[in-house]
Amino acid sequence: MNPFTYSRATAVADAVRDKASHPDSEYLGGGTNLIDLMKENVARPTHLVGLNKLPLADIEALPDGGLRLGALATNADTAWHDEVKSRYPLLNQAILAGASPQLRNAATNGGNLMQRTRCYYFYDLATPCNKREPGSGCSAIGGYNRVCGILGTSESCIATHPSDMCVALAALAPTVRVSGPNGDRTIAFDDFHRLPGDQPEKDNNLEPGELITGLDLPAKGFEKNFSYLKLRDRSSYAFALISVAAGLELEGNTIKDARLALGGVAHKPWRDQEAENMLKGQPATEDTFRRVAAKVVADAKGHGSNDFKIELAKRAIVRALKQAAEGNQHAADVFLNSNP
Amino acid sequence: MSTTNYIGKPTSRVDGPAKVTGTATYAAEYSVANMAYGYVVSSPIAKGKITKIHAEEVLALPGVVQVFSHENVPSLAWFDRSYKDDVAPGGSPFRALHDADIKFSQQPVALIVAETFELARYAASVLRVEYQQEDHETSLETQRAKGYEPGAGKTGFQPPPAPRGNPDKAWEEAPHRMEAEYVHGAQHHNPMELFSTTVEWRGEGKITAYDKTQGVMNVQQYLTKIFGLKKDDCRVVNEYMGGGFGSGLRPQYSAYLAVLAALELKRSVRLTLTREQMFSFGHRPHTLQYLKLAANADGTLAALQHHALHETSQFEDYTENVVNWSGMLYQCENVKLGYQIAKLDMYTPLDMRAPGAASGSIGLEIAMDEMAYAAGLDPLEFRLRNYAERDQNVDKPFSSKKLRECYHQGAAKFGWDKRTQAPGSMRNADGKLVGWGVGGGVWDATQQKAAAKASITADGKLTVSSATGENGTGTYTIMSQIAAETLGLPIEAVTFKLGDTDLPESPLQGGSWTAASVGSAVQSTCEALAEKIFKLARKMDDSPLRDAKFEDVEFASGQLRLRADHSQAVVLRDVLQASGEAKLEADSSVMPNMVKQNGYSLHSHNVVFAEVTVDEDLGTVHVTRVVNAIAAGRILNLKTARSQVLGSVVWGLGMALMEETVMDHKFGRYMNHNFAEYHVPVNADIHDIDVLFVEEEDDIVNPLGVKGIGEVGMLGVAAAVANAVFHATGKRVRDLPVMIDKLL
Ligand SMILES: Cc1cc2nc3c(=O)[nH]c(=O)nc-3n(C[C@H](O)[C@H](O)[C@H](O)COP(=O)(O)OP(=O)(O)OC[C@H]3O[C@@H](n4cnc5c(N)ncnc54)[C@H](O)[C@@H]3O)c2cc1C
Ligand code: SF4
Repeated sequence: MNPFTYSRATAVADAVRDKASHPDSEYLGGGTNLIDLMKENVARPTHLVGLNKLPLADIEALPDGGLRLGALATNADTAWHDEVKSRYPLLNQAILAGASPQLRNAATNGGNLMQRTRCYYFYDLATPCNKREPGSGCSAIGGYNRVCGILGTSESCIATHPSDMCVALAALAPTVRVSGPNGDRTIAFDDFHRLPGDQPEKDNNLEPGELITGLDLPAKGFEKNFSYLKLRDRSSYAFALISVAAGLELEGNTIKDARLALGGVAHKPWRDQEAENMLKGQPATEDTFRRVAAKVVADAKGHGSNDFKIELAKRAIVRALKQAAEGNQHAADVFLNSNP
Repeated sequence: MSTTNYIGKPTSRVDGPAKVTGTATYAAEYSVANMAYGYVVSSPIAKGKITKIHAEEVLALPGVVQVFSHENVPSLAWFDRSYKDDVAPGGSPFRALHDADIKFSQQPVALIVAETFELARYAASVLRVEYQQEDHETSLETQRAKGYEPGAGKTGFQPPPAPRGNPDKAWEEAPHRMEAEYVHGAQHHNPMELFSTTVEWRGEGKITAYDKTQGVMNVQQYLTKIFGLKKDDCRVVNEYMGGGFGSGLRPQYSAYLAVLAALELKRSVRLTLTREQMFSFGHRPHTLQYLKLAANADGTLAALQHHALHETSQFEDYTENVVNWSGMLYQCENVKLGYQIAKLDMYTPLDMRAPGAASGSIGLEIAMDEMAYAAGLDPLEFRLRNYAERDQNVDKPFSSKKLRECYHQGAAKFGWDKRTQAPGSMRNADGKLVGWGVGGGVWDATQQKAAAKASITADGKLTVSSATGENGTGTYTIMSQIAAETLGLPIEAVTFKLGDTDLPESPLQGGSWTAASVGSAVQSTCEALAEKIFKLARKMDDSPLRDAKFEDVEFASGQLRLRADHSQAVVLRDVLQASGEAKLEADSSVMPNMVKQNGYSLHSHNVVFAEVTVDEDLGTVHVTRVVNAIAAGRILNLKTARSQVLGSVVWGLGMALMEETVMDHKFGRYMNHNFAEYHVPVNADIHDIDVLFVEEEDDIVNPLGVKGIGEVGMLGVAAAVANAVFHATGKRVRDLPVMIDKLL
């Protein structure tokens, strides 16, 4: 870890200005990812702009019936917020499926979107990694890639975005509010994270110096029929091998609207709108779900140690859609995925 | 005063309050004046040479005190024997910063010492080291043909016994047969506490090293030999340890480097390794096991072969007993056991909780399950039919063995009789597949030479000491119990001291022998003290014990009294006060009674029953119930013993389902070197665990009758889980851990 200076911003404009005036600086939210990366010398900022005093920790209703999640609200406060529990239980479940209570108490919503991949090689300076050091090569291709992606990968990077929260967000389709040196703007959630292409060092489409200030969830929360299914190597405190966020709107047994997003498979939370369209108008049956699952992984490509993810993703999609259709999940049922 | 019978009782840890209130001091927590901080720079390559170290660049940073590397270490002891510790295997021990050669990935290549930890860490991150890389080989798979039989260089290692009978012929002729290969990956000990050494410079070449270790004496003799120090000038202390599991059996390079820096700089130095560096030394080796079993029509074993190959470094022949247990756990006349190791470009493996047996019981106990199914027998019934009444490896009876009772009581507790044999035949209320599996093992009951000292003051406070260790197992507590009961004192009046080379000599804390060895020494020392007290009691005015012999009296409830008539008693404190002596002392050193032990095989045994549920679509496994029944002689403390076994079971579940250090052979480097990716079980993975002790009376193993409980509990756990997974799914997974992808 290199020496760095630290300042604490109390207004958004100050934070943006402070960051712009320090060339190698980073924003600091809960620090649960950034500080780790600094200890491993993967990130070497010389200045940190502390965000926790910004007035962005609130969660408030929007006039259009939606809900605004402040960028500095913690993952825990977000998950346990009454409106989130009752109207966006999918988000509640996804957040609670991630990390540990201690981490969720510190982690912020903005930081969650910005957390970096858990690809082993990204974290280890002894190995080449295009994401860490553009042009050095991708060690995961041909290496140990159990945690890597199967969809939307490129020749230069096969890493995944590790967040659980973001998988639910991909399904719920909020807009991301940002503030930067050139003013404020919003970004559709689906356009926020990007695929690696030949620039894997870029995780997302934020412009330099831009700060996330919040997320605006649309009114529709799929609170009746939803499922967040997370499969991992132990029952808690492990990143997803595969996760599925599913939301259905049913009329009788017919699917009126659907959302489907996957985690653990791609460089971004993987929402598949074609699959969603395939579901619409269909009966909520295992047969439908199987066809849709097959479509989602039709172009998937394994890289050796993660080949199993293709079959596992298919099965997880079917299971999650079934659970969503049965509508028997409850927001408080946080250990659902680990029940024996 | 209430009873002072403590042995066998579930006494709470006497060091519990110190630990939970933070007053227990660990190696990295001793504060000494004018301390400098060290940070290790580790090699990114697995093999090659250091060609240049740009030390001058970091020495230019204000506050960096020194950069140690092979370029500037002083000349130290020359011969390998000076670097051999008590449990060093055969070969040439690794010497940090000795020369330019890189022998394994993450090898320490430089030590930075600076005024602050942060600065040392930063300097380590910018130190430029140039290497000339050479081809490395880290894959055991490629070395199958290069395995060799190691010599018996390491303490405790026994080459497999000679074959008996004709196993090949018996196998050919038997009606039921199986053969298969079993694999498990490498594991690293990963205690919570990082390896750490605080060296206090006491002036004139004298030091005290507060070091994380399972053996202060071992570290002391290692350091004194290398650095040419007198024992009095090199005190080693470790009063608490945040877990060892074998990682602290050998002195680590952190201790060596910290002392090197302190002696060179004539200054106190602290060095703590990082979590990543916790993967840079010993580990449980990646092991390949081949088993070939045959059964007769009556379900008795006709033939048994067990061959193992595991990795070692290029410089030492690490050995552990993997296959020998297979020759003594079951009765079989035709047995062949083979054991080989192969050299790779990695650090030497290191004993990890139940070394060899934890691995060997995976191969043997899954093979026994496969054999039972091939013979159409219930796996427990199959074991009962092959119960060994004698240790056939050495052709001796067991000093005691209540494994049959473990089988019966464990099965009853688990409800094994309700098991249906066919794979996939049991389900739970949610429709998930249920599987029940069994496994078990056998472990050495060893006693080593140990010494202790006791002193009692006129106020009735007893202090007992021995240079043993407390790595979380409960040493402070059980030694206090033994001392309190022997002298009939309340446990609150007893202080036990350990982990200091100034105390009476004691062996390394490992091999499950601490209770037997140090416990016997404590008992014997307290008995010696008791005799002295008794003599004083007889001299008291109007002593009711005036005419008594030592055999006639007992120490209980703070009194010394006639066994036959408890009313004839004196209060211990009164004896001491009447004597006018401020303090009474005794010491004693106890050796195992070889004459008594020689005719017997001394072992502890266990059996584990495990229940899993499996989601057949998603491949997820949960271990919902475990019963571990253990025959390990006398249990000194039900509470700490049970805790040890709970920990063993949890670790066994990890071994079965998730725990593995993954090497990328392209880099010859372990890649999941952190707690986010090196998975051990979390609370949500753990459900019901039942521990049963079937006590054995055994005065052959040692006077206390204890066999040790630290390791036996791990045996067979991973196999029982893997067997349960087979029972649930019909899928036989032979390479552990059983992760999701292996069940799809
Ligand atoms: C051991 C471990 C296990 C974990 N397991 C899981 C898991 O299972 N599932 C899961 O989803 N997550 C998991 N996490 C990750 C955790 O969710 C993230 O670390 C956390 O969400 C990051 O939030 P933070 O506020 O701490 O971010 P920080 O560490 O403070 O910042 C992360 C990045 O975001 C940037 N940033 C922060 N806030 C803003 C902002 N407002 N605008 C712009 N940029 C910003 C920072 O500059 C930095 O680059 C785990 C983490 C650890 C350490
Ligand atoms: S997958 Fe991406 S993050 Fe991983 S090594 Fe390759 S380039 Fe780096």
